[in-house]
Amino acid sequence: MTAYALETKSVIKTYNSDSGVIHAVDDVSLQVAAGEFVALVGPSGSGKTTMLSMLAALLQPTSGQILLDGQDLSGMGDRERVSLRREKIGFTFQANNLVPYLSAVENVELMLRLNGKLDKAGKLRARELLARLGLGERLNNLPGQMSGGQQQRVAIARALIHNPSLVLADEPTASLDTERAYQVVETFAGLIHEQGRAGIMVTHDLRMCEFVDRVLMMRDGKLVRIYTGHDEIMKELVQGGRH
Amino acid sequence: MRQMLSISSYLAVKEVWRNRGRFLLVSLVIALITLLVLFIAALGEGLGNGNREYISKLDAELIVYQAKSDTVIAASRLGRNRLAAVRRVEGVADAGMLGTSSATLILPDGAEPLKVALLGVEPGRTGEPKVAQGAQLSTDLAQEAIIDANTAYRSNLQVGDTLTLRVTQGTRDEFYDLRITGIADGQQFQLQPSIFVPFYTWDRIRPKSEAEVNSSNPIANVILVKLQDPTQAEAVSARLTAQVDNVETATLTEAIQALPGYSAQQSTLNTQGGFTLFIGILVIGGFFQIQILQKVAQIGVLKAIGTANPVVAAASVIQIVVVTVIGVAIGGLLSFLFSLTFPPTVPIVFNGTTSALAIVALLLIGPLGGLVSIRYAVRIEPLKALGLSS
Repeated sequence: MTAYALETKSVIKTYNSDSGVIHAVDDVSLQVAAGEFVALVGPSGSGKTTMLSMLAALLQPTSGQILLDGQDLSGMGDRERVSLRREKIGFTFQANNLVPYLSAVENVELMLRLNGKLDKAGKLRARELLARLGLGERLNNLPGQMSGGQQQRVAIARALIHNPSLVLADEPTASLDTERAYQVVETFAGLIHEQGRAGIMVTHDLRMCEFVDRVLMMRDGKLVRIYTGHDEIMKELVQGGRH
Repeated sequence: MRQMLSISSYLAVKEVWRNRGRFLLVSLVIALITLLVLFIAALGEGLGNGNREYISKLDAELIVYQAKSDTVIAASRLGRNRLAAVRRVEGVADAGMLGTSSATLILPDGAEPLKVALLGVEPGRTGEPKVAQGAQLSTDLAQEAIIDANTAYRSNLQVGDTLTLRVTQGTRDEFYDLRITGIADGQQFQLQPSIFVPFYTWDRIRPKSEAEVNSSNPIANVILVKLQDPTQAEAVSARLTAQVDNVETATLTEAIQALPGYSAQQSTLNTQGGFTLFIGILVIGGFFQIQILQKVAQIGVLKAIGTANPVVAAASVIQIVVVTVIGVAIGGLLSFLFSLTFPPTVPIVFNGTTSALAIVALLLIGPLGGLVSIRYAVRIEPLKALGLSS
């Protein structure tokens, strides 16, 4: 039994193209503990989005293992992967995050509804979580009536409401201005630490690494460097602002 | 299963409600298609009914025609000697002559004369329509008439009134006065207002060529036959053709199909109805397909967060059913309200069975039209929809 919430072992993802076999992800092994918030960074084409897709059980690795709470995702069938995404993973995406015809609170409650766990306590929890994210006055607003930052915060609440083991965020700040981006990531990091979830954020914006515990840097499909500790991250990435 | 339906219904109804303007627009399109289909069905029923009404209500099972008349009433000529022979055939309970022609009903106060079907029937015999008001015809030579309800409505004639008919005999227009003894309900003959007169009166007053004017041999068109046992129609029909010279027979159903233009008219209207339904399928299919194309990212998010394909498919089906049911209900209501404004002379009849069949077909066009979009929704890959694929 692994001690990590998430662990990958020698994960490889290849694609066939006219010019030969492309290694989108090449032999990546990593571990993320419960309560740890990790950033996955790298230039375009480094394989971070492919890696995220495999961790999200949306894509099967060509080889290797992905273990979530000890369960191997790589051998799962479609139905099992859908159930796993619903029960054990929380998501926020870059854009089009929310269901446009559901209000803020309905979007959050949707995860409980999908898991058959929408009861009075769940409804109350959804409202409390949104209130903590500063959306107490926006519960019944539709996504179209909210700003990008507010929508991202609703998405964060939706990603956490069903107590998932793993929370994944794909460029959560891409459509936000700097101030709102900081607020969103700081809140996200706070909740992940507080609730003891394993969190992985894919980002281009190295400034956002200020709030994470570790930074995994990918290049050409490989995990090339791991930055650990606040000081190293701040010195090497945030203030340096370079890959 | 229950939870799946619960989530699907929730998503479907929320989306319809929050975008009610857009969905209502589609429902209104379906309502207009419903209106069109129901009116085509009602017109088909009304025209068909007006064509076959008298024959379909006959208290008879077989019609005897002159041989080689192709079971066309107007093309058949049968004399009295055949009637006697028909009545002698085993299994025949009753037989009555039917003569058909046309005449002009002169209306008072200079109103437009009415073209009518003038039918000669034998009083008390098969073929004489049952009156809803007044009395049956009394004798074979009486100067009496039964008019059908449509004639009464158009002419304002009532039981006890005298009607005047104009017919052309030889080269002269002749006028005949007949006393109305009764009014029969729904007895149109080939979509014409009808007047029934005793057979020998009919033979005297019907339009005649110059050669026929002085003829004293009454000729009917067909003989209507009532059987002792209606289940023996085939056997009696065989005996009739074997024992009576130069005749052919048809059941009432066959006779109706052989009415001039009847089959062509019905198939034309059925084709129109079918095409309207087909257009409905395309319209609904097109709408939902466009809608799904606009929702690719949204469906991708739903699938990514763990919504199973059956939930996505069921939500689409529920939406389509809701929109279709609302559209058909509005269309049905509009059809009913419009039907109240039509006078009885317009051949539009909302028959329960025909309307129900049309409504079932209309309810099916939604799911049929939406099949492609449902298939498309199920095949949406969350990775591609969210732009995560390499």
